[in-house]
Amino acid sequence: MAATFDQIFILFRNWLVHFLPPAWQPAAGALLGVIGIVAVFPGLFALTTLLERKGLGRMQNRYGPNRVGPFGLLQPVADGLKALTKEDVVPFNANGLMHLLAPLVMVVTVFMSFAVLPMGRHMELVDMDAGLLFFFAMGAATELSVFMAGWSSRNKYSILGAMRAVAQMISYEVPMLLSSVAVVMIAGSLSLPKVVAAQNHYTGIFPHWYVFTPWGFGAALMFAIAAIAETNRSPFDLPEGESEIIAGYHTEYSGFKFALFFLAEYLGMFALSGLGVTLFMGGWSAPFSFLTWIPSWIWFFAKVMLAICVFIWMRGTLPRLRQDQLMNFAWKFVLPYSLLVLLVTAFWRFLPPGWERWVVCTVILAVAYVVMGRAAFKLKRVGPRSYRYAE
Amino acid sequence: MSIPFYLISALTIAGAVAAMTLKNTLHCALALTIALAGIAFLFLGLDAQFVGFAQILVYIGAVAILVVFAVLLTRSGESLLPAKRARTWLAGLAIAAVTFLVLGWSVLASLYGLPNETAAPSVTMQQIGNALMGPYVFPLEVVAVLLTAATVGAVIVAMHEKARNK
Repeated sequence: MAATFDQIFILFRNWLVHFLPPAWQPAAGALLGVIGIVAVFPGLFALTTLLERKGLGRMQNRYGPNRVGPFGLLQPVADGLKALTKEDVVPFNANGLMHLLAPLVMVVTVFMSFAVLPMGRHMELVDMDAGLLFFFAMGAATELSVFMAGWSSRNKYSILGAMRAVAQMISYEVPMLLSSVAVVMIAGSLSLPKVVAAQNHYTGIFPHWYVFTPWGFGAALMFAIAAIAETNRSPFDLPEGESEIIAGYHTEYSGFKFALFFLAEYLGMFALSGLGVTLFMGGWSAPFSFLTWIPSWIWFFAKVMLAICVFIWMRGTLPRLRQDQLMNFAWKFVLPYSLLVLLVTAFWRFLPPGWERWVVCTVILAVAYVVMGRAAFKLKRVGPRSYRYAE
Repeated sequence: MSIPFYLISALTIAGAVAAMTLKNTLHCALALTIALAGIAFLFLGLDAQFVGFAQILVYIGAVAILVVFAVLLTRSGESLLPAKRARTWLAGLAIAAVTFLVLGWSVLASLYGLPNETAAPSVTMQQIGNALMGPYVFPLEVVAVLLTAATVGAVIVAMHEKARNK
């Protein structure tokens, strides 16, 4: 019974497909998978917008949406209707074709990155040998669409936002790739289902997730920081800092095109959370060995939603960084530390299993963290504020 | 050779032609991106996943962005000056023709040196990784040194400007 529930979506797909002639079955199965992804994640996006507004309201001591439906539950529907019926304003000087293409390219590439995520046992659309590489290749394409949006709007705030966004995404892509490489070194594969399979063992009741090893913890931390920056979320939301540049690269977007950007931002959050969960937190595997009877897809989506809640929590609590702080943080702390994590991962890989490698790896990472933090703080020369650029 | 191959080739060539002929420099840069993406699709059509995705990651994610930034920061994207014919256009044409001939000749010549395989070889990512870390580790390290030197150079250029401002 538990096994049936675990594979219920696969069984349902196979049942639907078996009505067709055998020659059409693989294509139809893939199409159903695509429909599933395109239906589930925007639905999750609608729920998350509500969760975010409610959660932020809670943190800021106000109610949040509570007018539409019970507890404001129908707010996403109202938002969607509003976006659909609003006028689509294109600035007179804007580059029409690129203005139209930018949100489409962004949404399509973000959707494509879901293809390689294993969302449950055997629940990946394609098991690519180079799955992780595919994910990052799709992520690289979103940078270009951000730039297209900012440039084609012919607006100073848009282009400023786009420049900030692209600089930030390129800077934080490097540590993100490096911390993922650490996982690839240990798992020995770029295929995400194989990464999950490598973590799906238990000692006693505890799982072998990579986040519970010293190198894995460091890499997961760096990955989380980079992921927040990649998705332009607070505290790294300079590209759309409302108080500085209105809304950054999507200042000149309205109506449904803006909704597409909004959708792409949240889908990007889901995709990166899904990747982080897959790489470090065992993907669809259960957190304790006695909980394996709960279907694998429930675990995957529960972990993704947990990550989303952390995103929201951070947004509610942390102030925005300044541009130079952002860049300094990326190149002087996150990148060197990711390189160190990579080195420690190599130690872990080649030291004999036992408690010694736990001690060695933990000590190196902890000492480096403290020393780098202290050194960076000394270099900062914290004192009275000076306004160098405002003169 | 199948229909997808011809479609992708047409897209790639159209992108390359647009990159040369369009007036606005930024449009040229984006057309170049289409050509680069087409080349990535060609690699994927040959079942070379690693090269195809690396092409997208490096050329669209980094090189295209670099080109676009360079165009934008030099502010030539805004000016729409009428195209002028350079006085050295004949020499340029000759150099381009010679380069094309050399490339075409070397590609055609290399066909005879290849083993005559009927089925496409299936190479896994693991084999590529092992090859890079095993027989090809020296070229890899040379490239690594080159990139490190470039990074250090970039840092020095950036630092120089800061010291001048003080």
